[in-house]
Amino acid sequence: MFKTHGLSVFAVVIAAFLSLPIIVIVSYLVQADGVLWRHLYETVLSDYLINSLLLLFGVGTGVLLLGVPTAWLTSMCSFPGRRWLSWALLLPLAMPAYIIAYTYTGLLDFAGPVQTWVRDLTGLSYGEYWFFEIRSLGGAIVMMSLVLYPYVYLMARAAFLEQSVSSIEVGCSLGYSRWRAMWSLALPMARPAIIAGLSLALMETLADYGTVQYFGVSTFTTGIFRTFYGYGDTAAAAQLAASLLAFVILLVMLERYSRRRAQYHSAAESRARADLIPLRGSKVGIAIVICLVPLMFGFIVPATQLLLLAVFEAKPLGWDFVGLAWNSFSLAFLAAIVAVTLAIILSYAKRSKPIKPVRTAIAMAGFGYALPGTIIAIGVLIPLAWMDHGLIALFESAGWDSPGLLLSGSLVALLFAYTVRFLAVALGSVQSGLEKIKPSLDHAGRSMGHSPLAILRKIHVPLMRSSILTAVLIVFVDVLKELPATLILRPFNFNTMAVRVYELASDERLADAAPAAIMIVLVGLIPVLMLHASIARRRPR
Amino acid sequence: MRSFNLISSLILSAVTASILVVTSAQASGEVNVYSARKEALIKPLLDQFSNTTGIKVNLITGKADALLKRLQVEGSATPADLFITVDAGRLHRAKEAGVLKPVFLPLLEKTIPKELRDNAGYWYGLTLRARPIIYAKDRVKPAELSTYEALAGAQWDGRLCLRSSQSVYNQSLVAATIDALGAKATQSWIEGMVKNLVKAPSGGDTDQLKAVSAGVCDVTITNTYYLARLINSSKKADQSVAAKLAVFWPNQSGSGVLGRGAHFNVSGAGFTKYGKNPKQAQALLEYLASESAQVWYADINNEYPVLKGVEISSALKSFGDYKMDPIDLEILGQNNRQAVQLMDRAGWK
Repeated sequence: MFKTHGLSVFAVVIAAFLSLPIIVIVSYLVQADGVLWRHLYETVLSDYLINSLLLLFGVGTGVLLLGVPTAWLTSMCSFPGRRWLSWALLLPLAMPAYIIAYTYTGLLDFAGPVQTWVRDLTGLSYGEYWFFEIRSLGGAIVMMSLVLYPYVYLMARAAFLEQSVSSIEVGCSLGYSRWRAMWSLALPMARPAIIAGLSLALMETLADYGTVQYFGVSTFTTGIFRTFYGYGDTAAAAQLAASLLAFVILLVMLERYSRRRAQYHSAAESRARADLIPLRGSKVGIAIVICLVPLMFGFIVPATQLLLLAVFEAKPLGWDFVGLAWNSFSLAFLAAIVAVTLAIILSYAKRSKPIKPVRTAIAMAGFGYALPGTIIAIGVLIPLAWMDHGLIALFESAGWDSPGLLLSGSLVALLFAYTVRFLAVALGSVQSGLEKIKPSLDHAGRSMGHSPLAILRKIHVPLMRSSILTAVLIVFVDVLKELPATLILRPFNFNTMAVRVYELASDERLADAAPAAIMIVLVGLIPVLMLHASIARRRPR
Repeated sequence: MRSFNLISSLILSAVTASILVVTSAQASGEVNVYSARKEALIKPLLDQFSNTTGIKVNLITGKADALLKRLQVEGSATPADLFITVDAGRLHRAKEAGVLKPVFLPLLEKTIPKELRDNAGYWYGLTLRARPIIYAKDRVKPAELSTYEALAGAQWDGRLCLRSSQSVYNQSLVAATIDALGAKATQSWIEGMVKNLVKAPSGGDTDQLKAVSAGVCDVTITNTYYLARLINSSKKADQSVAAKLAVFWPNQSGSGVLGRGAHFNVSGAGFTKYGKNPKQAQALLEYLASESAQVWYADINNEYPVLKGVEISSALKSFGDYKMDPIDLEILGQNNRQAVQLMDRAGWK
């Protein structure tokens, strides 16, 4: 019993530490500047709100439409191409949203090849024909849906795969058709996972700056940056960010309330599966098209465009790319391990003793995902620099040389920021994995005299292996793509591929940015393929 | 899982090693730079500096306000010696924030014109960036153009493209206009231009140029080096975009504020208050304002040099001579906040 208690305390301490940046941001609320707020309220605030809500709604619909059917088809049905589609559907995850926005703009803009071709073909000039305006709210929704649906796909697929077959079989034996069993059993059972994926996609949408800024869509996040950069007002920017956070907390609470006390456990010991639903005739074609559309537009088209730019127009890669790739890879890997380890400890502490302080602290720590990276970075910088100053004072009072900025000036700051920003990703996956394991297993383990940590290691971790790997993968790829926090917090002479892409792209040298963008995609593919191999191995066939 | 552990411990030790390498970069014979100028547009010069002087340069690039925040938070412990930005307003902001210190550099006081540096020596301008009107040659006669203010006129209805007001270049343009016309007239000017916009602002300066070239609109306002870059591009498509465009220098004649000259801004650098390597920082700053560095900026990024008599690129020459608005660049910083407010009010997205 003492050990469980210790675990709770440990979890609260970790979560509190990870909440530091969020607390810093929220604490700015006390110094609100009424004049500036009135100005924002009178001029732009309603625009920010409406656009952000429309964006959320659009992307939410988009990722569900793209993610859930593909997850269902590739995990439950059999059709030709299913195997490779099941991993290929993850590929858009490796594509940063701002990069896909740049490439599609290059293709579909008035000056791009498609419209130029239309004009040459028809002899019309600009304005005399209708064409989809890519730089718009609609464009932003499409772009983000295309690269964010894999969150839903991954989580839903892991849930479908981990679902014990028996419940579907029971459904069928009770007279349900397979499709009926899907609607009434499989989907509701996968709901926590689907919601987890959806909320990741939506939080990422809220935090996005690069895409909406490029498309000229004024959202809450562009407002935060306008306040920070334009007004030079960190406090007001932080206050806007805190309001954003309040909104996210509200959404999360609504979702929790709607699920209330529903429990989602399945007999995790049953590993055997029913056969896949075989598809025949036209259904095969439909299934393939449903799976090909997101793959095609989320990956193949933009990646081909990048490749063409890289090969024909960009300056050739220098050797410094090896260093860039290594920096990106090692940092992402390390951050993924740290974030997922912490997520496992936190989720497990919550499961073993779901008392209020633990739950609140964990929920708090997870909200970093909804905040733009720049804001997180400021929240990280302030407490770390404060600790650094303390350390320096300590050293100097002991008569030693100042150690410099050990925390805020080193990779520690970056790792801290990544963990804060992406803990939610790890938590989402790990928790939905844990939720599916019956509490009776914990009781059994405990009655056999195992400590909570031993139970975690021997029972839970092996059972939710694919959830853990999913978490590692997503955090890895997210850190790989992460830009704003990296930009602010990195130490001297430390570059990553994302920084390189940003610097060239924001200097309006898209072609030169292409090789680095492709490198991000390639490095991001490594864990995607590893994950696929691991999930495939889980299921003997 | 075993091999997994092995890999992770290898990576862990490698990353730890790189942390050590990174923190050791503060010994003597070095200078630490926080730069809002992109790496590609400054690293070659820094390397050149290191080669000739033996002083190592450590660099962090980022957005000006974020770097400024970092300087503020780091306070007396900051490792940074020099703060480089691409906008005078941000230099002013840094001065106001108390992170810079005044340094008297006799050499630069002599070579850099007075209006391109801070009076007290808090910062020095390093390159000039002009922001004139760009128009489509086939649809606009230069005689139709006169001033920035005239772009608010009804004859430009549905013919104007502008970059977002999020861009600091536009914020500085408005800040300068506030100084010339006052807030009220500036706001009606912005309102007029917003009414004339053919589409909501999006993309960067290059995108505006492409829009004018493709016939989406007829006039826009951009920095000249983006056009010069298209002219010098090896891509056919870029060259043909540039071939349809020409520069018009606004506000060149006329009395009073109407003839104040074209808007320009500087990139520049200032010494940080708590820099630990003042000598090396001074050497670097003097190098960046030296003739060879100025020629490099003009050649590579088509920016106008701050030194008189430095050869400019042929693309810049083709744009012709112009009269600059002799505004005190500090004012760009002082008016920035008000400029953003006016743009918010006038609906310039």
